[in-house]
Amino acid sequence: MDYNATTPLRPEVRDLMVKSLDIYGNASSMHELGRKARAEIEGARANVAALIGTKDPSTVYFTSGGSESNNTVFNTMFLRGRNQTRHKIITTAIEHPCVLNAAAHLRDEGFPVVFLPVDRDGRIDMDAYRAELGPDVLLVSVMAANNEIGTIEDVGEIARLAKAQGAFVHTDATQAVGKIPVSVEDWNVDYLTLSCHKIYGPKGIGALYVRRKTPIEPLIRGGHQENGVRAGTYNNLGIIGFGEAARLAQEELSEYRQQVGSLRAMLRDLILERIPMVRINGPAAEVLPNTLNVSFPGAEGESILLSLDLEGIEVSTGSACASGSLDPSHVLMAIGLGPELAHGSIRFSLGKYTTEDDVRYVADRLPPIIARLRKMSTIPLEQLAQGIG
Amino acid sequence: MDAFQWLYSDIVKDHFTNPRNVYDTDRDKDFRPDAEGMVGNIKCGDQMMFMLKIENDLITDVRWKTYGCASAIASTSMLSETIKGMSIRDAYHIKPADIADRLGGLPENKIHCSVLGDKALRAAIDVYLERKGRAGEFSGEDAQIICKCLNISDKDIEEAVRQGARDWYTLQEATKIGTVCGSCKTKAEELLHEFVHIYS
Repeated sequence: MDYNATTPLRPEVRDLMVKSLDIYGNASSMHELGRKARAEIEGARANVAALIGTKDPSTVYFTSGGSESNNTVFNTMFLRGRNQTRHKIITTAIEHPCVLNAAAHLRDEGFPVVFLPVDRDGRIDMDAYRAELGPDVLLVSVMAANNEIGTIEDVGEIARLAKAQGAFVHTDATQAVGKIPVSVEDWNVDYLTLSCHKIYGPKGIGALYVRRKTPIEPLIRGGHQENGVRAGTYNNLGIIGFGEAARLAQEELSEYRQQVGSLRAMLRDLILERIPMVRINGPAAEVLPNTLNVSFPGAEGESILLSLDLEGIEVSTGSACASGSLDPSHVLMAIGLGPELAHGSIRFSLGKYTTEDDVRYVADRLPPIIARLRKMSTIPLEQLAQGIG
Repeated sequence: MDAFQWLYSDIVKDHFTNPRNVYDTDRDKDFRPDAEGMVGNIKCGDQMMFMLKIENDLITDVRWKTYGCASAIASTSMLSETIKGMSIRDAYHIKPADIADRLGGLPENKIHCSVLGDKALRAAIDVYLERKGRAGEFSGEDAQIICKCLNISDKDIEEAVRQGARDWYTLQEATKIGTVCGSCKTKAEELLHEFVHIYS
């Protein structure tokens, strides 16, 4: 139950990759071997383009993954915004660390950077957003869906407001793609980041969508691959796997949402029924169909995680103890949870291979684990209820 | 340890899943400790409480409770076993590293979690000594000098934090540490960070 961290390679993708092992040609070569690789890559590009709602595959650039895509956008803004009056960056407090750190780097370089606050459910504060918008804004970067609590942001409206001020709009859709409908046309964004290993494809491959006539600067300079936007010999196998994973994700999207969404509801209801004093983090609606974040006050997150691990259940936690720092999850702190609730939080992220039996198994194993940890806790039981709600 | 195996040793796993001497609200209703000590802070994600029964300066029985991670639970369980029958002076001077060794090692970034049990134990012994009119009898015995210019020890830093120092500035106000050559600053700030975590 840790599909937001990564997903297994699905058999259909694996089979195609194995069959393609001998497609070793350099897609930049003019001879037949090269042209064969090129054809496969362009087919994959068309599939990825379709998955994110564009008919123009030439707007899709392959990268090594989400982090590279995000950094390419922020690097472009750095080069474009230097010594300009339009150089303000607006992002949010709940982005993935790769956006947070890329934005913090621009701030260190003298760019004004705003990390927008979010409400109790993780939706960005639109009043604060409107107040920050102006003719000096260069980029607005807001994630399409949050990886920890599953909140879906109103990217379309965010982009509309930004465009009215002439700003560029980027969305990190790494967690949204394959889970909810994603469309660069409906949202009218300039840049969109996606990653292959979150949609049952291989690791080490991702993509960046760049709207036509929108500036983009290479992070990796070299040959003329990807129209000079991303140098480096094509990762044939990764791209072929990505194309197949994208095709299947699009084909199965509505089935996935229905199936995973009902398992999430089942897990949520069983936890609420069987364990007293819990808090569901994230919104009730407009949430990823697979992501369920729960706080168990009185039980420390890493202890819960490792207890579940011993039962063969994989989850993640917002506890500081699991991160190596003393700070709990920045997302849970941003939605206003007290440290007690943040340290005792567990993220269950379901996927296409999760079954009803899996959900029942988790719902059976979890209550005694929470009860055991709460019993040895220094926090008196009557205090546990505080802050839930 | 094989990286593909559990994050912790088998001994840690055993003490985590089956911790010894944990205070049980039902079974231990009649446990009457001679001294209790509590350290840590839920805000930082961990808190620890020790309860001791002491006769003639020997620890005859012990219970503890924690809100903490697997590392804190396992190391405190091991510590509680180790100190049974030990003199309070020897127990006071147990080092977290000794407990980590008995556990078959802990991951580097989890060592600080295991310190909490040791601090709670000392806090309980301090309470006991104070009740007996022997306050401070063991403190300073194993002090380590941090600031060589002004002869300021880790115990002095710990005491300053207990009295309210929270950052480098307030620590300097309280102890004058690092005001001569300044070469102790890195080490002193590490200790400051650790003690603030435990006592704030």
